Amino acid sequence: MTPPTERRMLTPEEYRQAQDSPEFTELRRRFRRFAFPMTVAFFAWYLLYVLLSTYADDFMAEKVFGDVNVGILLGLAQFVTTFLITQLYVRHAGRNTDPIADEMRDRLEHHEYARGTGAEGAPRG
Amino acid sequence: MADTVVLAADSTIGEPAINIAIFGAFVLVTLVITFRASRNNKTAADYYAAGRNISGQQNGLAIAGDYLSAASFLGIAGAIALYGYDGFLYSIGFLVAWLVALLLVAELLRNTARFTMADVLAFRMRQRPVRMAAAISTLAVCLFYLVAQMSGAGGLVTLLLGVEGDAAQALVVILVGALMIIYVLVGGMRGTTYVQIIKASLLIAGALVMTLWVLTEVGFNLSTLLGDAQQTSDTAGTGINVLAPGAQYGATATSQLDFVSLGLALVLGTAGLPHVLMRFYTVPTAKDARRSVQWAIWLIGIFYLFSLVIGYGAGALVGPNEIANAPGAVNSAAPLLAFELGGTVLLGIIAGVAFATILAVVAGLTITASASFAHDVYASVIKKGAVSPNGEVRVARVTAVVIGAISIGLGILALQAGLNIAFLVALAFAVAASANLPTILYTLFWKRFTTQGALWSIYGGLITCVGLIVFSPVVSGDPAALFPDVDFAWFPLKNPGIVSIPLSFFLGWLGTVLSKERPDVDKYAELEVRALTGIGAEKAVEH
Repeated sequence: MTPPTERRMLTPEEYRQAQDSPEFTELRRRFRRFAFPMTVAFFAWYLLYVLLSTYADDFMAEKVFGDVNVGILLGLAQFVTTFLITQLYVRHAGRNTDPIADEMRDRLEHHEYARGTGAEGAPRG
Repeated sequence: MADTVVLAADSTIGEPAINIAIFGAFVLVTLVITFRASRNNKTAADYYAAGRNISGQQNGLAIAGDYLSAASFLGIAGAIALYGYDGFLYSIGFLVAWLVALLLVAELLRNTARFTMADVLAFRMRQRPVRMAAAISTLAVCLFYLVAQMSGAGGLVTLLLGVEGDAAQALVVILVGALMIIYVLVGGMRGTTYVQIIKASLLIAGALVMTLWVLTEVGFNLSTLLGDAQQTSDTAGTGINVLAPGAQYGATATSQLDFVSLGLALVLGTAGLPHVLMRFYTVPTAKDARRSVQWAIWLIGIFYLFSLVIGYGAGALVGPNEIANAPGAVNSAAPLLAFELGGTVLLGIIAGVAFATILAVVAGLTITASASFAHDVYASVIKKGAVSPNGEVRVARVTAVVIGAISIGLGILALQAGLNIAFLVALAFAVAASANLPTILYTLFWKRFTTQGALWSIYGGLITCVGLIVFSPVVSGDPAALFPDVDFAWFPLKNPGIVSIPLSFFLGWLGTVLSKERPDVDKYAELEVRALTGIGAEKAVEH
């Protein structure tokens, strides 16, 4: 990407400008909009599963087919949701946050967030 | 149905010579690779972070190699074989935990830190106190985990290598410790990474073979496997319903609460384990960190699905009484099943893999602990930053030897005290979830978080967690306790997580709102912009 030449460090001012920029607000919003609710969701689902296994063992021992019971199926469902959330997150990041992050990183490397050089609303790819 | 192996309760199984030969081959191959890898070890980034040029896929394998300890491989399969469903619950906690790392921690950490967990925790705080606290909790977690693995290695030998007695077990612990020190000293993080990659490949391949073998026996029908396991358990007269929850934890209201507490520590501990976090620094970019966790989740998840089949397979084909009476008890389920299925050769392979597993995990822990001491305590706290990177790496190497020696000593003591290995691992997870994770999350996401909040959260979580253990039935007041003859236990649970984790989050908040110090807004801006965009992230070393 960038040649490994000696570069000027970014100033605190530039970081503040970048943090206040609309594109960063959008990047943070997109990151958190996925990560935070999804964390709450998988944590609640895991907790429900642990509590059911601990306090509702009769329900979990209910046979569904053959010797396969509710507990085994819900346990396997935890595997399925974990794999699913992983793939969804990777797709979300690739589509929605990586493009903004890549572009901002490029602009930061060229010191485009230094004072007065168009911190706000510069066109995006 | 199952033609069970006939063996005396105190004998070993298989052919020790084959077991030793396969293990020896693994050691030889990994040592050669480690020495070759050492040629590229020039800078601190090489030693601590493998030059940051491990690919995402390789790192995913290495993470699986770092994470799937002998406790996972032998312990979970054994718990499923003996207690059925409750063993399965462990593996689910260990797996779901990775979503915390994927969604909230891995990429942001890769973008902001250099070598250790303290790098990010101290980023916008007063450096020395926070680094000291983070280093203490890193060392605590690593030491608990190391002692568990070391004493596990000693316990395995009676079963697998045909040696018995305290002296022989101690000798094996010393051998494992010595090998671990060599890997770390010579190979640094790059050598350790290769050892973990080879071990993970062998472990997953071995588990795949056993899984397919078991499934062939039951006609690829999960229901038949479960039914057979239940039938064998009934015939053996255990009185355990291996298909329903509660066999291990359902006895009383206290043991039920204990299980919920354990479940919390498992799911929140992983993303706070320092040796797991350190693996994120070995890849070139945050995207590679993401890819490595994606790989790790699939590999670890598939491995635990194999464990489910292997565990119930051992229950069905070997039988719970055979397992419980074998040397190594629970831990012998997978090796006994290997012997039942494929005789001495498959047993030899599985035994070799089990030892390789321990070696790879302890090497990862040792390099993490030594990096934390050299980079955080020595370079930042003692020398206040006035030390050359080479001087720092030299200290890290010396520390690796010291930590290796300490863990050998403690491992032998734990082995002879008969300390429960699964419990030590659970304790490491509880400390990681209590002392580390709240501070990591506050640092990354809460603008107002201050030094005082970080210190209260780390020390509060660590002290509560270890303190509650000291006053729990694990240490005293129980026939199975460390000191069975005295009783100073007043905390009823064996797993402190349900108290110490929420308390640590609360203390982090309280310490912050009560502190006079104002949060450093400039540093927070830098942290946040770097974390999300990757600007200023450490680059890979070019060779």
